[in-house]
Amino acid sequence: MKHRAFALSALTVTLGIGAVALAQPALKKGLKIAFLPKQINNPYEVIADNGGLAAIKEFGGVGKAVGPSDAGASSQVSYINTLIAQKQDAIVIAANDANALVPYLKRAMQGGTKVVTFDSDTAPEGRNIFINQANSEGIGRAQVQLLGKLINYTGDIAILSATPNATNQNTWIKWMQEELKLPKYKNMRLVKIAYGNDDDQKSFTEMQGLIQAYPNLKGVISPTTVGISAGARYLSTSPSKGKVVLTGLGTPNQMRQFVKDGTVTAFQLWNPADLGYLAAYAAAALASNQITGKEGDTFTAGKLGKYTVGKNGEVVLGPPTTFDKANIDKFNF
Amino acid sequence: MKSVRGLLGWEATILALVVLALLGGALLSPDFLTASNLSFLTANFSEIALMALTMTLIIIVAEIDLSVASILGLASALLGTLWAAHVPMPLAILLTFLAGGLAGLLNGLLVTRLGLPSLAVTIGTLALYRGLAYALLGDRAIADFPPFYTNLGFGTVPGTAIPIPMALFAVLAVLTAVLLHATAFGRRLYAIGANSMAARFAGVQVERIKLLLFVMSGLMAALAGIVYTFRFSSARGDNGTGLELGVIAAVLLGGVSIFGGRGSVVGAVAAVFLIGIINGALTIVDVSNEILTIVTGLLLIGSVLVPNLLARLRAARERRAVRPVGDAVS
Repeated sequence: MKHRAFALSALTVTLGIGAVALAQPALKKGLKIAFLPKQINNPYEVIADNGGLAAIKEFGGVGKAVGPSDAGASSQVSYINTLIAQKQDAIVIAANDANALVPYLKRAMQGGTKVVTFDSDTAPEGRNIFINQANSEGIGRAQVQLLGKLINYTGDIAILSATPNATNQNTWIKWMQEELKLPKYKNMRLVKIAYGNDDDQKSFTEMQGLIQAYPNLKGVISPTTVGISAGARYLSTSPSKGKVVLTGLGTPNQMRQFVKDGTVTAFQLWNPADLGYLAAYAAAALASNQITGKEGDTFTAGKLGKYTVGKNGEVVLGPPTTFDKANIDKFNF
Repeated sequence: MKSVRGLLGWEATILALVVLALLGGALLSPDFLTASNLSFLTANFSEIALMALTMTLIIIVAEIDLSVASILGLASALLGTLWAAHVPMPLAILLTFLAGGLAGLLNGLLVTRLGLPSLAVTIGTLALYRGLAYALLGDRAIADFPPFYTNLGFGTVPGTAIPIPMALFAVLAVLTAVLLHATAFGRRLYAIGANSMAARFAGVQVERIKLLLFVMSGLMAALAGIVYTFRFSSARGDNGTGLELGVIAAVLLGGVSIFGGRGSVVGAVAAVFLIGIINGALTIVDVSNEILTIVTGLLLIGSVLVPNLLARLRAARERRAVRPVGDAVS
């Protein structure tokens, strides 16, 4: 560690003179940054917050996570007000309502507090930057890429979605279909999009239906946490276990037993710890005046590397994380 | 006379606790006793404060209205729905009040005409009105209200840090206090609460007054719903879920007897502020939500327990003082 630090500082010195013109101001020390999750004890949010707190520790700030025990918009407001009174340098918030918080967050920003939303955004005027877990294209394509690898790019496939009018699902499915048009998927055929309505029972029977209706079915993508776990539950006791590959978007806690018993090899979701980590660095970059949140601004987020602010102050974490036997025990959410 | 003095004692206690809570907050954090923080803090419980006024009157006549927060939600959802349907805002507000009044009227009719206990009636309408609110908006939210109106909910009285909803509350609190403590109507409320049968025989129109109080409660909840909607610039079916408990808690802590016949507006208002200030002070030093809820709960139990114990003590002392006579009679 010492050696690396030395090498780095040597490098900094040698490059110093040339870099002065380009260098961004360093992150300030002792920045007060507060995480305000949707709900303080929600396991998913706890992981995201802890990722953020770890980052704050890294750059020498003072971090904390506060928030309501119910996921109501109005209950977040009193926390925003408190954080304003405490003169926090930045608030990182997962908003419970896209609009209800905006006037309060505006008041925070007027007082010089930087506002970063993550996980769940407000209207753009309510924050400086939104950290998006993944963009729809990234998720859609990554799901097909994963399934392709798992079934050797050959065979019938199906999608087990939530409801026919779920906006996020439909956008992902659209990008899955785009990805499937690439030549390497020429031997994969999408035979059916089924809908489990994000209902456990319905998803279970839809999965059963898919397997019975398509004897050549090789893989199913279920980009919904309800669908994939219900699907896995059916598959785990059916003769198709090990023959039909199921993947999609799920949480490690939900899917752990199915990964361990071999029903599911791999599935995806963004890594909430990284999400919080990135949000903390974005907040620090804002509070240190490295960036203002306008399109094209760039900042470095510790171990995650360099990020660029996109349209409407949006920063995308990146493609989803793939969970499998090798890494699933590192996650608890 | 004695009971009046005892009551004033309780109010004085609550007011003293308010001062203590403010001082405590100031000691805990230098950021607490600032105009902007106190402004946020009071705006934060304006809906509870509003609804506590009519709740005080209702509990004094020994009834209860558990449906207020649901009426708030229904009012919010209705206001949003009307606005989204391009109804002009003044008319939308008027219709929202009408709906609140009707909701209160239904509560009142069920209680007075059918003679059902208000506890049972309003548990039912709590679900009914919340259901109607969801039926109107589902999980949608209407947000694009004109800035003039959202400023009414969000802004402060020009030149001061007093939130506009709080100024509105101050006016209504004075009116309610006058109504309860300085009019014949107010005296009738105490009479009904103390003994509704006796009040009836004395010529008080008990049912009519109760009906009126439920309508007032519905109107006040609608007002709270309008304030809530503008304060958050967001109309949702789930707005204000659970607030009824905060309202009732504050009124009881304020010394209004759950059995009716006793209590004052000053006490209820002081208690609303006490709970709000304690919450704000604990939040600013990052006390967790669980502890906050526990503190509020203990405060409430204490508020029921302490006056009760004091009354028993006093009664015991009096009984001891008159023992010879009492023994002779029995």
